[in-house]
Amino acid sequence: MTALSVDGAVQRSEFRLDLALSVDPGEIVAVLGPNGAGKTTLLRAIAGLSPLSAGSITITGEPVDDVPNRVFIAPEQRRVGVVFQNYRLFPHLSVRDNVAFGLRSRGVARASARADADRWLHRLDIDELADRRPRQLSGGQAQRVALARALAGAPKLLLLDEPLAALDARTRDAIRAELSRHLSEFTGGTVLVTHDPLDAMTMADRIVVVENGTITQHGTPAEVARRPATHYVARLVGLNLYHGQADGAGVVHLDDGGTFVGAGADTSAAGLVPAGRVLVAVRPSSITVHSARPEQASPRNVWPVTVDGLESVADRVRVHAAGAPPALVDVTAGAVAELGLAQGARVWLSAKATDVEIYPDVAR
Amino acid sequence: MLGVPAVLGAALLVVPLIALLVRAPWRGLPRILSDNEGLTALRLSVECATISTALCFLLGVPLAWVLARTQLPGLSLLRALVTVPLVLPPVVGGLALLLALSRFGVVGQYLQRWFGLGRFPFDTAGVVVAETFVALPFLVLTVEGALRAADAELEEAAITLGASRLGVFTRVTLPLVAPSLAAGGVLCWARALGEFGATITFAGSYPGITQTMPLAIYNAFESDPPAATALSLVLLAVAVVVLAALRGRWLYAGSTA
Repeated sequence: MTALSVDGAVQRSEFRLDLALSVDPGEIVAVLGPNGAGKTTLLRAIAGLSPLSAGSITITGEPVDDVPNRVFIAPEQRRVGVVFQNYRLFPHLSVRDNVAFGLRSRGVARASARADADRWLHRLDIDELADRRPRQLSGGQAQRVALARALAGAPKLLLLDEPLAALDARTRDAIRAELSRHLSEFTGGTVLVTHDPLDAMTMADRIVVVENGTITQHGTPAEVARRPATHYVARLVGLNLYHGQADGAGVVHLDDGGTFVGAGADTSAAGLVPAGRVLVAVRPSSITVHSARPEQASPRNVWPVTVDGLESVADRVRVHAAGAPPALVDVTAGAVAELGLAQGARVWLSAKATDVEIYPDVAR
Repeated sequence: MLGVPAVLGAALLVVPLIALLVRAPWRGLPRILSDNEGLTALRLSVECATISTALCFLLGVPLAWVLARTQLPGLSLLRALVTVPLVLPPVVGGLALLLALSRFGVVGQYLQRWFGLGRFPFDTAGVVVAETFVALPFLVLTVEGALRAADAELEEAAITLGASRLGVFTRVTLPLVAPSLAAGGVLCWARALGEFGATITFAGSYPGITQTMPLAIYNAFESDPPAATALSLVLLAVAVVVLAALRGRWLYAGSTA
C-alpha cells in the first residue's frame, strides 16, 4: 500500500498546480522547485488546508480528498504531521505543551500526553528545552521542537515545508544531517518540500522537480544530479545543459549552435545515440580551456569561445564563455593567469566524449 | 507657538482634578464614606459593573469573532451598528432601551406577557442592561482587532495537530488574544462603572436598587455638596487604579511573541 498518492489539481485564479505523485511507506520524497512553483500548495492540499479542485488524494489507502466522489476528510482528522516553514510553534505554550498539543487534541489526558511529549523530546535530544517558551529557542532548537510536535501524534504521513530555510548556513548543515537521521527512522511516508538542492540530494530517496505547477523531472538524487531535465535543475546542480537533436550517427546538433559527440548510456548497439531530441549535460570542471586550437585528436569536442566574465567559486574560478555553445567552465586560478583569461579573451574549449552525458529529452 | 494651547489643554484636563483634591472634605471623609448611602451606592456600582463586564465577555467575544473571522453578508453594516453606542449620547441610549424593553416597549411587551419581566428596567437588572449596552462596543472593538491580528498560521498548525474548531479557539486563539481580552475587560468595567445617562433614563435612580455611584454623586450634589465631592474622590481613585492597570506590563505580555 502506498503511504500517499496524489493525482489532482489545485486551481488558484491564474495559477494551477496539476500533478501525480506517490510515496511509499518509509520513503522520503523531496519536492524540489523554485519559489512559486506550487510546492507549498501541494503540501497544503495533502494536509487538507487547501482542497483540491480536481482529482484525488489517498493517504495509506484511504481517500481523503476525492473531488469526483465528493469526499473530503477535514485536516484535523487526517493524522498528517506538518513541519511548517518558520515552524509555527505556539508562543503561549511551553515546548513540552507544544509537543503534547496533538495528543491533547485527540483526547489524551494531560499527564500522559506530557509524558509522551517528554519521550519525544528525549528522542530528539532536547530534553532540557521542555520548560522553555518558543521565543527562548534558537532556530535549530525550534526546528527540532517542530519536528517533535509533528511526530508526537504518530502521524501516517510527515510533511516538511522548507524545514531548514529559516536557519543560518552553519546551523543548517548540522541540522540537515540530524534531520536526515530522524526522517529515516520514520516509518510512514515523508514529503519534503525544498528549494535547496542540497536538502533534496542529502535527505531524499527520490526527487520530484516541480516547476510552474507541474512535474518536470523525477528520479533518484543521483539521476537528477547527473541528468537534469530542465535548465532550472541544471543550474541547481551546477551543470551545463543543452537541448539538441541527435542525428543517429553519434553527433548531437545543439539548438544553441555547435555540435557534441558523447557517450550516453542510452546508446544503440553501435555505441551511437539514437536519433531524436536529446539533452546534453557537461560538468564545468570537465571542460578544458586552451589558448589555441588543440591539435591532438583525443578530445572530440572542440570549439572557440569568447570569455564573457569570471567569478570566484570557492577555490576555483568560473569562466562564463560565449560561443556555440556557450558554457560555464571551472578552472584553477593558476590557469587564469597562465592563459591570460580576461573579459573578451578569445580561447578554445574542449571536452572529452566520455565526459559528455547525452540522454533523451522526455519533456519534449 | 504650539506651547500656549498645549499648556491650556493640559491645564483644562488637570486643573479640575486638582480642584477636586483641594476641595475634598478630607476631614469629613471617613464619616461620609462610612455613611450607608455612599457605601450602598459604591457596592451597587462595583457589582453592576462587574456583572456587566462578565456579560460583555459572554456576548462580546463571540460577536467579535463573527466580525473578525466570518464573511457573512451585511457584516460591515453590523460592525457599524455595533459601534453606534460608542458615539451615541448615553441618554439617547437609555431612552432607546426604554422604548425597546419597558413594559410597553417593542420587545418588552412580550417579555411582560410571556415571562412577566415587565418591571425589570427599574430594577438592578436594568442597570446591568444599560451598562452592558454602553460598554459592549469597547470589548467588541478591542477583541475584534486582536482577533484580526492573531496569527491564522498558528490556528492552521493546531488544525493539522487534530484540534477541533472549538479546540483551536479555546486553546490557541483565545490565549493569543488574552492581552486584548484583559484590556477590553478593563475598558468595559471602567465604562460601566462611570455610566450615568443611560442608567438614569432606563433604570431610574432608586437608592439601593438602581442608584449607582455617578447617580448618587449627582443626587448628593443638590443636597450635600461635600458628600458629592467625597464620592467623586472615590471614583477618581478607581480611575487612577484602572489607568495604572492599563499601563502595566501584564496587558502587553505575550503580545509580542
